Amino acid sequence: MIETIFETPRVKTISLAVPDWPGHRAGQHVDVRLTAPDGYQTQRSYSIASGPEDQYVSLTVERLEDGEVSPYLVDELRPGDELEFRGPIGGHFVWTDELGGPLFLVGGGSGLVPLRAMLRHHRAVDSRVPVRVLCSARSLELLIYREELMKLAADDLVDISITLTREAPSDWRGYRGRIDPALLSTTGWARNKQPLTYICGPTAFVETAAAGLVALGHEPGRIRTERFGGTGV
Amino acid sequence: MAVTRGFVGRRAADSSRVPPGQYVTKGFPVLSAGPTPYTPLDAWDFTIRGAVEHPVSWSWTEFQELPRQKFTVDIHCVTKWTKLDVPWSGVSLDTFLDTVPTQAAYALAFSDGGYTTNVPLADLRGGKAWVVDEYDGRPLDPEHGGPARLLVPHLYFWKSAKWIRGLDLRTADQPGFWEMFGYHNYGDPWKEQRYYGD
Repeated sequence: MIETIFETPRVKTISLAVPDWPGHRAGQHVDVRLTAPDGYQTQRSYSIASGPEDQYVSLTVERLEDGEVSPYLVDELRPGDELEFRGPIGGHFVWTDELGGPLFLVGGGSGLVPLRAMLRHHRAVDSRVPVRVLCSARSLELLIYREELMKLAADDLVDISITLTREAPSDWRGYRGRIDPALLSTTGWARNKQPLTYICGPTAFVETAAAGLVALGHEPGRIRTERFGGTGV
Repeated sequence: MAVTRGFVGRRAADSSRVPPGQYVTKGFPVLSAGPTPYTPLDAWDFTIRGAVEHPVSWSWTEFQELPRQKFTVDIHCVTKWTKLDVPWSGVSLDTFLDTVPTQAAYALAFSDGGYTTNVPLADLRGGKAWVVDEYDGRPLDPEHGGPARLLVPHLYFWKSAKWIRGLDLRTADQPGFWEMFGYHNYGDPWKEQRYYGD
């Protein structure tokens, strides 16, 4: 492990130097395996937060209060420690430049992690695919990758919309409240553009976003989803 | 096997029921690759087709009239969670398959939304698999696969296809959706057959 960065008080990005890393596609995940001194082992899956072109493999981990693995990764893991993992895994929730677009990325809470890998890939290959991103977070302080998202929004091909569901600064000029069809319609693409959509977040968030887009007439086969049990929308 | 510095971990109370690499959850996580389909019950049927003389279909009403079983099993998801003592109600696949003579050795289950998964026919027979439409005494939620899902609890849970609409019986095995994306073709949790090559 090379370094860790706090994204929010409960979310950390862990960067790893991986010998013989075979490379990955944006959106894939790894299985992390921890081993206790008595041989007890446990595993969890984490999305890869780094782009395929980045120097290190990064994972962004949300600390779950009742978790077994995430408190270890967030509180205990230090630079120099070794971590055993397997991957990359997954072949459906992935985006490569060749898949084209236009792209609509919808992320709730730590669901932004695999979408950030896609955005990094987009930038690294100087993709010409237009991208719209809709991020949902409880508050600006709890929005992960905040500064990076602001910088990415400077790219003419990348539009980033942020909605804050619990609290917003008094001068907040973004969106407020949970995602709904109206917000998806405003921030996403018209259905005749036939966008390729990736939605990631907690189950209720993903259900709302995917069902909303289908109701707006988008082709279900162009909507890919990934869900996790974490909180933070 | 290298020890992870500083890691202690928790252990399951009854590890004999938890396959290797799994942890027990009390929740019921949801995983699916795309939007949840919503099929009206009057448009739903369950069809056995492929290597059979004639395809056979059951409407929702006919499915409801088949002999039902209530039972409790453990389920194991490839994403590492295991849920113990899950109460279901549904129809044994033997009830369907016994009415359809076939030489096939494999089934490709197909679902609304385009999902498929392959299971050897022997794993669907002998009281090991069901089409279930109730979870914990209530109709199965769409996000958990309602109105009805396949249930093959002795294999990883991706084999228990949500939104099931039928079986395509085949003489040759054909990988389904996740099986083509690098997941194991058979998926026995006790042998930890998660991915291709396990």
